[in-house]
Amino acid sequence: MLSLFLIVIAAFFFTGIVVRTKSLASGRKGPGIMQPIKDVIRLFKKGAVYSKTSSIIFQIAPTIYFSSVVMAMLVVPFGQSKGLISFNCDFIFFAYVLALGKFFSIISALDTGSSFEGMGASREALYSMFAEPALFILMGSFALLTGYTSFQEIFAALHIGSYLSYALATLATFVLVMIAMIENSRMPIDDPKTHLELTMIHEVMILDNSGFDLGLLLSAGYLKFAIYGALIVNLFVGMVDYQYAIPLFFIIQFLMAVVVGLIESFMARFRMNHNAQFIVALTSVSLLIFFGAILILGKFN
Amino acid sequence: MNYIQIENNTTIGIAEIPEVSYPVFFDEISKLMTGQTERHCANYFGYRLNGKIKLICCLADDLTHQIYVLSCVVNNDDNLRSLSKELLCFEKFEREIHENFGIGFVGHPWLKPVRYPFNRADKSKTIANYPFYSIDSEELHEVGVGPIHAGVIEPGHFRFICNGEQILHLEIQLGFQHRGVEQLFLDKKSLLQRTTLAENITGDTVVGHTTAFSMVWESLCGFKPSKDIQFARTLALEMERIAIHTGDLSAMCTDVAYQLGSSVLGRLRTPMINFMQEWGGNRLSKGLIRPGRNQFPFTPALAERLAQIFTEYEPDFEEIVEQIRRLPSTLSRFERTGIVSYDDILSIGAVGMAARMSGLTRDIRSTHPFYLYSEMKHEPAIKHHGDVYSRFQIRRNEIRQSIKYIKEMLDNVPDATSEVNNLENSSPNAFSIALVEGWRGEICHCAITDEKGELLIYKIKDPSFHNWLALALAVRNNEISDFPICNKSFNLSYAGHDL
Repeated sequence: MLSLFLIVIAAFFFTGIVVRTKSLASGRKGPGIMQPIKDVIRLFKKGAVYSKTSSIIFQIAPTIYFSSVVMAMLVVPFGQSKGLISFNCDFIFFAYVLALGKFFSIISALDTGSSFEGMGASREALYSMFAEPALFILMGSFALLTGYTSFQEIFAALHIGSYLSYALATLATFVLVMIAMIENSRMPIDDPKTHLELTMIHEVMILDNSGFDLGLLLSAGYLKFAIYGALIVNLFVGMVDYQYAIPLFFIIQFLMAVVVGLIESFMARFRMNHNAQFIVALTSVSLLIFFGAILILGKFN
Repeated sequence: MNYIQIENNTTIGIAEIPEVSYPVFFDEISKLMTGQTERHCANYFGYRLNGKIKLICCLADDLTHQIYVLSCVVNNDDNLRSLSKELLCFEKFEREIHENFGIGFVGHPWLKPVRYPFNRADKSKTIANYPFYSIDSEELHEVGVGPIHAGVIEPGHFRFICNGEQILHLEIQLGFQHRGVEQLFLDKKSLLQRTTLAENITGDTVVGHTTAFSMVWESLCGFKPSKDIQFARTLALEMERIAIHTGDLSAMCTDVAYQLGSSVLGRLRTPMINFMQEWGGNRLSKGLIRPGRNQFPFTPALAERLAQIFTEYEPDFEEIVEQIRRLPSTLSRFERTGIVSYDDILSIGAVGMAARMSGLTRDIRSTHPFYLYSEMKHEPAIKHHGDVYSRFQIRRNEIRQSIKYIKEMLDNVPDATSEVNNLENSSPNAFSIALVEGWRGEICHCAITDEKGELLIYKIKDPSFHNWLALALAVRNNEISDFPICNKSFNLSYAGHDL
């Protein structure tokens, strides 16, 4: 229950901090931290415009996408407190409920019949497909290591382990940050700022969405980032008391936003065909975690 | 001799240009052009004369520093043998003549409309029924971009044929920006109106086109600009080159999402254009150049100011270009992207920066020098790979070069003359040509006057006219997501092409 509130609060600030970091890094003052939220509120007051060539899919997809993210948010725990929903193997539920939302966003992009959105949809599908094994090998290794299969139990047990488990947690942080970048279409995979239809991935898929629908898609994006941040926090807080854990949550979210902003300021986007290599490389880092887990368990003779 | 040799920036009597029959015209051009890498077509156009069409072809020779001019008269229902079959650089020119007068060119591979002028020969050809090259395949798909640009700059339609993410073919349809500039030159009678028109041919080459127009008109009137006028125009041309190149380097960084480069170079462009405002009252140099007079004399105070601006500009500029050169992520986007080979560049007759990036030395400043360039001994910046990174380096090196030239020029600023020549007596029955190296490349303006000295035809050629085809070739076999960076590295003008 606690995680739900924390994630929502973090989502309010996260994108604002990223934008502000980028502005400061390029010597500009930049908009206020709350600007992305103000934009969403403005969009929520508007009606949506639908093209004549699009069908019901296009109209329901933003809502499904948003609700899939909210559902995924419900299973994320925070330290000792379980998520609103918690059951065995809930991390699989987490991954696939997000995938459901993504599936709808892809078919809604195809539904518009625009060649740009078709390209964006194909890229999104490809990169999510490559990112999927990384997440599952990561969570699978932790399940193997701890012997539990739900998020809260895995994270609680992980903390009690040896120093080696902290090393694994560091590797896992890297993987989760990168998956967060891929899932949220940030640099260096995708560039949300250039607004060139031919080079974008996620942004190009929502070109035809407007008003309320666009507001839903944007706020789902903010939430998604905060959810991945919360997962990373969980790797470290474990059974720590709330008075330390809650500030730690916000510090880690803040650091992650700053890191994202700095990466976006000081490097160029990858060439599109290097993206696939980069994402597959994440899977190999996950495999490293897997071997680490086996090592700890003493499965090697 | 079937042609006359003239120098850049000269006026001759129209009767001095030899008039031959089309087969002789054809053979002569083939003979002059085939296998001669130092020659290219500077301009080839037609105009109506006593119910017939007179074709005039101007070939520039880089080694002899001459321009060869020859002409012939044909009927508008003639079917002529196409030069494009062997010499691809005539492709666009023949298309334009075909579009304007309906003359057929037998064997032309791609006789499509160019810019849909109002008085075109075949009014049934409209912008809506442009005959696109199309494919019939299950595997390939077409992507149409435009005519409304995502950044709402200028209109142009790009039709890609792609295999997944890979571009197999790009066809560029232009003409949306056609304003009838050449016709307006004939309709507007006052010199000021015409100068303003020249300033607005393309918004990013104000100095280049206005200088070319001034050269043509002054030479028609037999006016020789004084040292201070030449100085001001040369300086303005180099300033424009620095400002636009800096802005384009910034835009190239934006297109690979490198924020630091984009914002630093964007900031560096500002002092350059702000200096133009200090000098002539307009950041884009509009109003700075006027034929027959030194509108805004360049004073020693301005020289001191400019030297100070460069002292601030150079360290920041060197630091950021070095940073870009060292950053693996930018290099991986720039290198081996959008390559055009030397052979392709040569066969399509590309000019300016687009030619120099593939190792073809084409620079009017050294081959057909005018104004202060004659004393400068300019050595063109050359690169050989023909990719985006070559174009990046060419721009960087040309900025350094221009700063060096300007610094040398600042050492002896000539005294301003207050003499004003109204240039009212243009010579009758004359042909005048001017070649100017703008930042993008060779600008060619030609004028022909009637027996009263009034303009009979005014012909403008922006370097974009040649170079759009280079962009179409550059993106072949590249990823479609690299198109924006290829496009920006050329930064061609829609307005300059469409006129």
